[in-house]
Amino acid sequence: MIRLPSGTYAQDYGQDAALVRTKANWAFLAIVIVFVFTIPQWASNSFLALSTVIGITIISAHGLNILTGNCGLVSLGHSGFMMVGGYALAILCAKGGLPFWLALPISGLMAGVVGIIFGLPSLRIKGFYLIMATVAAYFIIHWLVLQFRSLTGGTEGLRVPSPDLFGLSLKDRAHYFYFVMVLVVIATIVAKNILRTRAGRAFVAIRDNDLAAEVMGVNLFSYKLQAFFIGNVFAGIAGGLSVQYYLYANVEQFPFFDSVWLLGMLIVGGMGSVSGAIYGAIAIKLLQQLATKIGPPLADLVNPQAAVGLGLILPSLAIILFLIFAPRGISHIWERLRNYYQAWPF
Amino acid sequence: MTFFFQLFVTGLALGMMYALIAIGFVIIFKCSQAFNIAQGQIVMLGAYFGYTFLMPLRLPVWIAIIASIGVGVVMGLVIERLALRPLLGQPALAIVMMTIALAGVMDGIAIMGWGGNYVTYHDVLPELTLKLGAVSVPPSSLLGLIVSVIVVAILMFIFRYTKIGLAMRATAEDEQVTRSLGIKATMVYALVWVIACVVGVVGGVLLGGVSGVSPPLSEIGLKALAVVILGGLDSIGGAILAGVMLGILENLAAGYLDPLMPSGGGLAGVFPFIIMLAVLILKPHGLFGLKRIERV
Repeated sequence: MIRLPSGTYAQDYGQDAALVRTKANWAFLAIVIVFVFTIPQWASNSFLALSTVIGITIISAHGLNILTGNCGLVSLGHSGFMMVGGYALAILCAKGGLPFWLALPISGLMAGVVGIIFGLPSLRIKGFYLIMATVAAYFIIHWLVLQFRSLTGGTEGLRVPSPDLFGLSLKDRAHYFYFVMVLVVIATIVAKNILRTRAGRAFVAIRDNDLAAEVMGVNLFSYKLQAFFIGNVFAGIAGGLSVQYYLYANVEQFPFFDSVWLLGMLIVGGMGSVSGAIYGAIAIKLLQQLATKIGPPLADLVNPQAAVGLGLILPSLAIILFLIFAPRGISHIWERLRNYYQAWPF
Repeated sequence: MTFFFQLFVTGLALGMMYALIAIGFVIIFKCSQAFNIAQGQIVMLGAYFGYTFLMPLRLPVWIAIIASIGVGVVMGLVIERLALRPLLGQPALAIVMMTIALAGVMDGIAIMGWGGNYVTYHDVLPELTLKLGAVSVPPSSLLGLIVSVIVVAILMFIFRYTKIGLAMRATAEDEQVTRSLGIKATMVYALVWVIACVVGVVGGVLLGGVSGVSPPLSEIGLKALAVVILGGLDSIGGAILAGVMLGILENLAAGYLDPLMPSGGGLAGVFPFIIMLAVLILKPHGLFGLKRIERV
């Protein structure tokens, strides 16, 4: 529900359906977009790299948010579906010679289809059992990728040619960053709008009470599979972007713990909220970056692996603290602050 | 045939390790309906503590075991009080996420504290070997077998004949009713976590003594979840049986099917998950799990 400040009314359907309602919202959005799209002008290379990775992660988190936050189907295999997308893109580009603009959507669709296959048990099982099924999905995908060495390169991975878009080269890191950010904006709008369609409302009904939803005529099987498909298309595109960013596809790029961090992003950001997925992705990625920054000084103090250990401990602690003290995440804190400010004298 | 038996016996050793982790998981699930994904990490930390007690500190084995029981008690109390107690009444997803995050923290602690190195303390624990014809039974399977039999016997006794065991079973059935009858559910939860941690830590010390410790030991914790699913989430006997079954099947599959695979195989890493997926699709409640009927 969008809470509007006092005095703002919808006077026609267009206003009622608009995503951004008030002038303050527009101003805020404009500042964020200007900030983001000028990053390559002033930021250092490492900050640019971090921002690109955060952008890719946001796209993936949007997918998991639709699947887990809105449809209530918890998936711990999201990183595996990113792997599907990444390898699909790598194979299509490197072996099939397809152009990047065509391979990227196809890799998204591939991940979606694989997601449907592993989503098939979701009608019979839910909760913890479904989590376990998605864990199994991750390890089976991981194994299959390593098995079909002739196609995927096995443990050595697969080199990918540098991307270009209709003759425009994206080899420059800054150009690739712009491309990723445009996709992030599109993904955010798509995610926000999917939740307002018939399917999106069905997802929420399934999350809140699947039996009640079924009694009211929501086709559980079809909508659960749709949620798996949509969520994993986002994952596949994010995986494809990640492979294209490193110009290299490798299973090490999609470790199992990434699925955990993606779920953690939803918890830190706020389950089921599109803006929450963005906040969560930024927060967790920054914490991991912090670990690599303060790890090396600690390495002399503790042991050489301190950065790796911290990279596990810091985000995990954030998830634990949010679960205990703010289970509805950053987006809820932000909403409360805004409401407090809007109703200030009272 | 010797090849088969050798695979069988090493599979048994692995299966015992699975069973040990699965028991800890099942105890916690049975009494508090919480899914503890961090059980593998508890075993791993136990093994690292065993290394610290036995190698740098050079404690006698029996004192090391008692000290590790102490570690398990403290670990259980800390985890329950700080992490799980605040989540009472929260949805199951929150608890699962909490234990996953705990797993992350414990992995991190193992890396920070012990450098994530592979460490062994082979010759400190008493040797146990058994030879059956040409096949030698590895000490880990014997140790695992002995430990799990002792643990199960103690647990069966507690569950069946003591008042606290009755309280645990009652809490598992219905927490609210139990509370209204004057049983402290929070105390039961704390006790359950302490038991699971003690089992995990002591098991970890013994297994670490046989096969060494390194962070991948915690990955075995994930495979042990397949064991739990196969055996049924709330059946201790099922956990042991499924652990042994899966350990043996995994080893047989790796031994016989790996050579047929296109590039090297590595079937052992994925086999439990394939079984798990099959069980989830065909028989979600496992072999011995209690089938809960959902009412609206």
